[in-house]
Amino acid sequence: MKQLMSGNEGIARGAYEAGVTVAAAYPGTPSTEVVSNLADYAGVYSEWSPNEKVALEVAMGASFGGARSLAAMKHVGVNVAADPLFTFAYTGVNGGCVVVSADDPGMHSSQNEQDNRGYGIFAKLPVVEPSDSQEAKDFTRLAFDISERFDCPVMLRVTTRLCHSQSLVELGDVPERPLMEYKKNSQKYVMLPVNARPRHVAVEKRMAELREYAEQTPLNRIEWGDRRLGIITTGIVYQYLKEVMSEVSILKLGLTNPLPEQMIRDFSAQVERLVVLEELEPVIETQIKAWGIAVEGKDLFSNIGEYSPELIEARLLDKTLPAAPVLQRDIPPRPPLLCPGCPHRGVFNTLRTMRVAVIGDIGCYTLGALPPLDAMDTMVDMGASIGNALGIQKARGEEFARRSVAVIGDSTFIHSGITGLIDIVYNQGQTTVIILDNDTTAMTGHQEHPATGRTIKGETTRRLDLEALCRAIGIQHIQVVDPLQLDLLKQTIKTELERPEPSVIIARRPCALLVKEPVRVRYYVDEEICNGCRLCIRLGCTGIHWKEEDKVAQFNPDNCISCGLCPQVCKFDAIKTVEE
Amino acid sequence: MTQATRNILIVGVGGQGTLMTSRILARVAVNMGYDVKATEVHGMAQRGGSVISEVRYGEKIYSPVIKKGDVDVLLAFEKLEAARWIPYLKPGGKVIINDVRVDPLPVMTGKAKYPDDIAQHIAELVPDTTIVDATDMAAECGSAKAANVVLVGMLAGALGIPGDEVEKAVAEMVPAKALETNIKAYRRGVELCK
Repeated sequence: MKQLMSGNEGIARGAYEAGVTVAAAYPGTPSTEVVSNLADYAGVYSEWSPNEKVALEVAMGASFGGARSLAAMKHVGVNVAADPLFTFAYTGVNGGCVVVSADDPGMHSSQNEQDNRGYGIFAKLPVVEPSDSQEAKDFTRLAFDISERFDCPVMLRVTTRLCHSQSLVELGDVPERPLMEYKKNSQKYVMLPVNARPRHVAVEKRMAELREYAEQTPLNRIEWGDRRLGIITTGIVYQYLKEVMSEVSILKLGLTNPLPEQMIRDFSAQVERLVVLEELEPVIETQIKAWGIAVEGKDLFSNIGEYSPELIEARLLDKTLPAAPVLQRDIPPRPPLLCPGCPHRGVFNTLRTMRVAVIGDIGCYTLGALPPLDAMDTMVDMGASIGNALGIQKARGEEFARRSVAVIGDSTFIHSGITGLIDIVYNQGQTTVIILDNDTTAMTGHQEHPATGRTIKGETTRRLDLEALCRAIGIQHIQVVDPLQLDLLKQTIKTELERPEPSVIIARRPCALLVKEPVRVRYYVDEEICNGCRLCIRLGCTGIHWKEEDKVAQFNPDNCISCGLCPQVCKFDAIKTVEE
Repeated sequence: MTQATRNILIVGVGGQGTLMTSRILARVAVNMGYDVKATEVHGMAQRGGSVISEVRYGEKIYSPVIKKGDVDVLLAFEKLEAARWIPYLKPGGKVIINDVRVDPLPVMTGKAKYPDDIAQHIAELVPDTTIVDATDMAAECGSAKAANVVLVGMLAGALGIPGDEVEKAVAEMVPAKALETNIKAYRRGVELCK
């Protein structure tokens, strides 16, 4: 019986069938469910690693040790793991290893839309791209064979639509797979220049062999149809194409690095017009053009955002959509926002009222950048807040340092904020760093991390002590505050900003979705007192809204969890407790 | 078995249970022997933003994403979200609107106005529109918590899915003591959209 599985579930199942026994990841949309699913399979050691670099190093070590292993990460996570990845291509593997890169065309949940197929060319790795959940499973399984046959890690490149779409999967068997023998082989695994030089030769030889393999692999196939139009495509876009133009000739690539040059030449010779359909960068198209073959691609389609069935129809068939009913009403947007009771809200509201520059980071709390909180100046990558804050303060001087903070989540701090904090102490910065400690990795769906004291399987482990860590780094001033106690929070931030030394404020309270405290009190707005100043509205909480008719605030009892923030920001004591 | 492809778009606000509903529908379609694909938006959108999930079933499905203008049934857990996705509806398509208003942030802060008559306005533009207060109806059946099951029932009614298939799926997903109420709520939903 076939099962409905997401692409990520398919990858996990494929890895399980391939005999993976070690899997590691740092959570990141859209890749998170690959390893969270693998953790549910018996006999697979799975872990949330502190970051993607460590995850890949764990998978690499497992491979050296003779196991089949997998590391999964979102596209930008590969940047973090790029250092080990490039040299892993030199050492090659012992047990097969697959690195999942989950790209995010359209930036549903990311800070950029880089096309990680570029890494395949750059790091000289085979890149495999499935187009549905069945292929996600089958190609993952095959990727392990490729990895061992050609002695190299394999990149499985997927996209958000594939990761989070469900389709039917026929499960396969799970053969017994003993560990490969472990033999010390320093010439292969110790990348001193003297060893790395011959390994580079081996890499080039492997790429030549992979180019031959690309011509025969079942990953690449031609579906002949009308030869007036030949389309070369890969990934989810293949499905969009089949949906709207099933009659054309299609060269479907499952191995997109290296490309099957001869296959593409033969295909192009037999079609009148050749078009490449690939989301994001013209990775395939550029190589085909370099071979002197006439091909269209990015002259018809943008390298920005996702493709869709209607886009392909519009560009290749000149079809327009049927006229849709036209609404005569303005439809306000519905942006995401911090949850009612979210501990981050108090911090951002306080920082906004203090008018300090907020050097931000990646997590739920990045929503503090949006109106009405509107309390973030910069956000670039995981862990950037701390280095960015030191840099901006070194550039603008001490006065600026007293009016700016770095804000970073607990999981993000562990991911890559720690080294930045060391830099601040070492190079005598005076930055105030606020760690928003909500005891989870909230944004990606509440994954554990080293400071929660629980593993991916929920087992208790030794908890990373953030205060002790900061102390060991050399931070002399460490304050722990409840972010819902606004006066104390504000006073603490003020004190630490004025200090000509670095300090860390840990704003500690569990994620409101994780620890649901019973609603203790009910509030109401005394409309006689409320003067419509909107300070409570600026908290951006679904628990309280603006009542235009009366120009006052009003509670939404269904949403309010009585976290107690709005009575604290009201300067007129207009928010009162309902007496039972 | 011949069945033209059916495209269902389920929209709402994060936390309303749209994903649960699309998963029930997808599971039922699988049990009925169809090829099924479904897609959903995760991540940032879950934090109180718009959420959408798409379910497609039929003899052979390629794209998990519904082509714009190809939606057979649009099920909206919230009125404003119904309006947002009307342009995706097929000419002659059906709209099911849960008569619930959840103010988006720009409305809560007074920066934008919620179009009060939006459900009626959609009904004027789209002839096959059914508006229901699923919470009220579920409460009549015994528990307001079964509101989503009323909507599942309406969807099943609109798609002509045999009742026992869905009831099996509902039985698997709700606790035993709530089963009777849920089945009642489901059947009320079906009646509304037969």
